[in-house]
Amino acid sequence: MHLGAKRLFRRALSFLLPMSFLGSSAWAEEAQRWQTNMAPGVTDVGAKVYDLHMIVFWICVWIGVAVFAVMFYSVFTHRKSLGAKASQFHESTKVEIAWTVVPFLILIVMAVPATSTLIEIYDTDDAEMDILITGYQWKWKYEYINADSENVSFFSNLSTSKDEIYNQVDKGQHYLLEVDEPLVIPVNTKVRFLITANDVIHSWWVPALAVKKDAIPGFVNESWTKVNKVGVYRGQCAELCGRDHGYMPIVVNVVEREEYDAWMAGKAAESAKLKELMAQTFTLDELVERGKAVYDKSCAACHGLNGEGGVGKAIAKSPIATGAMNGHLDAVVNGVPGTAMQAFGGQLNDVDLAAVTTYQRNGFGNNMGDMVQPIDVYQFKQGQ
Amino acid sequence: MGAHGPAKGISRWLFTTNHKDIGTMYLWFSFAMFLLGGFFAMVIRAELFQPGLQIVEPEFFNQMTTMHGLVMVFGAIMPAFVGLANWLIPMMIGAPDMALPRMNNWSFWILPPAFLILTATLFMEGGGPNFGWTFYAPLSTDYAPPSVTFFIFGVHIMGLSSIMGSINIIATVVNMRAPGMTYMKMPLFVWTWLITAFLLVAVMPVLAGAVTMMLMDIHFGTSFFSAAGGGDPVLFQHVFWFFGHPEVYIIILPAFGVVSQIIPTFARKPLFGYDSMVYATASIAFLSFIVWAHHMYTVGIPLAGELFFMYATMLIAVPTGVKVFNWVTTMWRGSMTFETPMLFCIGFVFLFTIGGFTGLMLSIAPNDFQYHDSYFVVAHFHYVMVAGAIFSMTAAVYYWLPKWCGKMYNEAAGKAHFWVSFIGFNLAFFPQHFVGLAGMPRRIPDYALQFADFNMWSSVGAFIYGASQLFFLFNVIRTIVGGEPVKEEKVWEGAEGLEWSIPTPAPYHTFSTPPQVK
Repeated sequence: MHLGAKRLFRRALSFLLPMSFLGSSAWAEEAQRWQTNMAPGVTDVGAKVYDLHMIVFWICVWIGVAVFAVMFYSVFTHRKSLGAKASQFHESTKVEIAWTVVPFLILIVMAVPATSTLIEIYDTDDAEMDILITGYQWKWKYEYINADSENVSFFSNLSTSKDEIYNQVDKGQHYLLEVDEPLVIPVNTKVRFLITANDVIHSWWVPALAVKKDAIPGFVNESWTKVNKVGVYRGQCAELCGRDHGYMPIVVNVVEREEYDAWMAGKAAESAKLKELMAQTFTLDELVERGKAVYDKSCAACHGLNGEGGVGKAIAKSPIATGAMNGHLDAVVNGVPGTAMQAFGGQLNDVDLAAVTTYQRNGFGNNMGDMVQPIDVYQFKQGQ
Repeated sequence: MGAHGPAKGISRWLFTTNHKDIGTMYLWFSFAMFLLGGFFAMVIRAELFQPGLQIVEPEFFNQMTTMHGLVMVFGAIMPAFVGLANWLIPMMIGAPDMALPRMNNWSFWILPPAFLILTATLFMEGGGPNFGWTFYAPLSTDYAPPSVTFFIFGVHIMGLSSIMGSINIIATVVNMRAPGMTYMKMPLFVWTWLITAFLLVAVMPVLAGAVTMMLMDIHFGTSFFSAAGGGDPVLFQHVFWFFGHPEVYIIILPAFGVVSQIIPTFARKPLFGYDSMVYATASIAFLSFIVWAHHMYTVGIPLAGELFFMYATMLIAVPTGVKVFNWVTTMWRGSMTFETPMLFCIGFVFLFTIGGFTGLMLSIAPNDFQYHDSYFVVAHFHYVMVAGAIFSMTAAVYYWLPKWCGKMYNEAAGKAHFWVSFIGFNLAFFPQHFVGLAGMPRRIPDYALQFADFNMWSSVGAFIYGASQLFFLFNVIRTIVGGEPVKEEKVWEGAEGLEWSIPTPAPYHTFSTPPQVK
């Protein structure tokens, strides 16, 4: 009882005083329950934006208090029911000049810090590393542009389960704000983001970094961040991009430099291993096993976990999956223009393309018995 | 000519050229659209009542947000103010009717088919428009459902209706003012509508151009908005917002006009600064053409452009402030009474000013990177669209309805409507500032758990606000059908203007001989 009252009091306090969250370090990292204000975030730019936000906010509050005080004083005292007689005054050049000039001067006070902050946000020079961010319906691709070695790239998908979304199981702590593979960047390093999109317009937004930039097909936008604090920061796509707009979160894992280097070395080793796999010949079972994992992650959302269809056509007994191999590969690699079926040729590697195609031909009762090897996929792509 | 009454039966409404009949049809039509758009909003708020997907799928949720926006902007608010203009402008300037009465009939009667087409898309294969009321390409072109073509056709018809309506208003105001009614003697409602009509004529063709380019991209192989074909998706946003920003003022300027009519009546005191109100309205209209890219701060426009649009946008605060100061000083040392129209107007001044403050916050480009496309924006524009346009429209109905039909609404019911609307509205939209600042994006069918509490409040508030509009409908019908006859010919003690000089209820034909304005 006592504890409950205390909690209630704290909650009421935090509601009345947005600032009272300032002490909480978690506040900087991700949105909190009952949060009522912007967070200063974990970058110098974010802190400046926050300060500017608060300056403008308080100016508005005080103007509002003044204007509404006059209005409500009038409403409560200048009433006919209290015997107030209407005075007939109107127009006063002095007053009218004052209430035009004073707001203008206040605007200049706001414009000065706004301009300097904006100039800083636009300064993408002297970045220590570049990451190409590409928006896809409905996931993000991160590509680390390495000058002296091969680029490392991967997709980052929502990892919240359908069961959580459809209320079959309890929702986890980071419901809808969790991904299978986060963006990893080193702390205290100026990172330049090159932002674009593959299909429609998306927008890459991480509140704690104070970065929001549209990802537009055919354009490469620039933005940057320099994070001061190790941690995990979460955001979401901010521009309506179709059905699963609400389901393409962003997670940025900011780590110490050494940890970052180790992670990058691991990613490089992974892609070297993948290269080996490309040249390998797999058995049908191996392909089907790998293919199922790929299917569940990349295809099941539209085509159903059992190939029964949904937004996309059914895979089970489909003329494509039970037809000629090249036609099937064409649909998977190039997509079907004019439909929601995307071109997966650029999204999945050749091993996964081979595996998922093989799985579709042999799973769901299709039982075609044939398979396609990574090298075949590679040749199919080359032959186009 | 002689005095003749309306035709009998349905032909009265189908073939009428009478500005009052057409005004009535506009008002009822817009109210029907208000309820339809409101129903879509209820679906949205019901889904957002809790995190997780409960009621609708994301695909349909997107159709609801899109249709809610389109129906409210083009079907509810704009036609409502056109209806008001039809009823009032001739009566306020001492004209017998609109200048172009047959076109007036036509501009109303093409609206219902336009919205029939738009609503029908919901039942088509692939569903209705699901790309937001701002329909950004390429989501609305290469990735749109097939029904997008019907949507484009619908927008064309609505645009045609708006352009005809506004040409009519310009022609009426310029040519049909009674002798002695100089421009600077016109009621402010007429002034704000005259300026609005010019905005409409200027920007509706731009919207038509935008949807026509979409049509070409979808069906005729052009690439206006497709980067793959050498086009530019950002071009769409420039064209859309060149229409879209003036559109915002098209919605709010007549609302300013209404409030500027009503506050002096119940303060029993002339408007503080008539001239400065006219100049402020004209300044806002001018500025509305040079601020469009503040909707696009995050698309990557160059720094110089960003700064220009930021400064220009901030400037709008000056004439808007002048308006608010004017309303407050009009109340100052008046002799106020608080009938329902006045309550809605005070609510308007209070809440619209809050919406104006958040607008100023949004104009600051570096801050907008945090606000843009978040629920903070949703809260902002509902404060100016609902508490602005719709509150003033509601005030207008309570204010002029007794003159129109000769019956008085029930004051207690009117006040109840105000207070329930006011509480419901604030409960619905104030918490949206909080979740927006905390990082909740707009147009999402489902959200992280941190946002759950305020979203639930917001939904409850929306249901209350929605229900109170049904009560409004009941109030209006009860007044028309069984209201007490208005006791005084003038209706309101403090009302000024030609529309109050005619008999109550307003006869079918008024000012057949023009009055002399001194």
